[in-house]
Amino acid sequence: MANFTPVSAAVGGVLIGLSAVLLMLSTGRIAGISGVFSGLLNLRSEDKGWRIAFIAGLILAPVIAGLIGYGMAPPKLPLNWAVIIVAGLLVGFGTRLGGGCTSGHGICGIGRLSPRSIAATAIFMVTAIVTVAITRHVLGG
Amino acid sequence: MRIIPPLLCGLIFGAGLLISGMVQPTKVLGFLDIFGAWDPSLAVVMAAALAVSVPGFMLAGRRSRPWLAGKYFWPGKSGIDSPLVAGAALFGIGWGLVGLCPGPALESLATLSPGIIVFVVAMAAGMMAHDAWQQSRLTAQRERLLASATDG
Repeated sequence: MANFTPVSAAVGGVLIGLSAVLLMLSTGRIAGISGVFSGLLNLRSEDKGWRIAFIAGLILAPVIAGLIGYGMAPPKLPLNWAVIIVAGLLVGFGTRLGGGCTSGHGICGIGRLSPRSIAATAIFMVTAIVTVAITRHVLGG
Repeated sequence: MRIIPPLLCGLIFGAGLLISGMVQPTKVLGFLDIFGAWDPSLAVVMAAALAVSVPGFMLAGRRSRPWLAGKYFWPGKSGIDSPLVAGAALFGIGWGLVGLCPGPALESLATLSPGIIVFVVAMAAGMMAHDAWQQSRLTAQRERLLASATDG
């Protein structure tokens, strides 16, 4: 567990929880990122303003952090483009079909003690852990 | 004025992902890799976020309406159905393949990394494919109903 960073994880987690609660208290919306984003893709939906503002804030965070000297390193991704594309398609399709992702089900849904979100979180954790086990330890990586 | 609170919430959310390190796929994969050098940080992030969101949502539930909107948009579904199970399972596979879920993926657009841009475009395509598929199922259902009505 050499990589374990409990203090920064706890501080970051509190901020994520605070963001979800403040968004609900102010606009009445769930801070589920897949839901916030997919609402922008539907041309007929009319409530785009708060969605654009939230995602703009999300993207501005590393920009501002960079200005004050805490720039974000570019994420390390697989070299294989096909893997990136398949993963993106699965994340997009799966979060729509399942009605949420790590934030919507994991933080907001479990935060409301919803059995549906507790089940979804348990399921995506298990399939993600199995996927990593196969790619890293069975196929080798 | 109404866009200021969601903008600030996005910033706070983004700061949380940055500080916790969850914006980095390597950090997330370190948590998911329970058979390797396991890094429990993501579990601490979730526990800390829930320590705030559980009492916070209880508080919101007691208030009749949010500060800036007429009503709360609480999710309506409550049962555990097969789309939930299948969707969560597929999402988990995609998450495990690369270590990216929607929040960190969108936030990382700030780095202009080509891989991130491709991932986000694929994610949007997956969402639109789902919505188009649902739409065609609804249309087919309606046509079947209409056909059976005229046949009868």
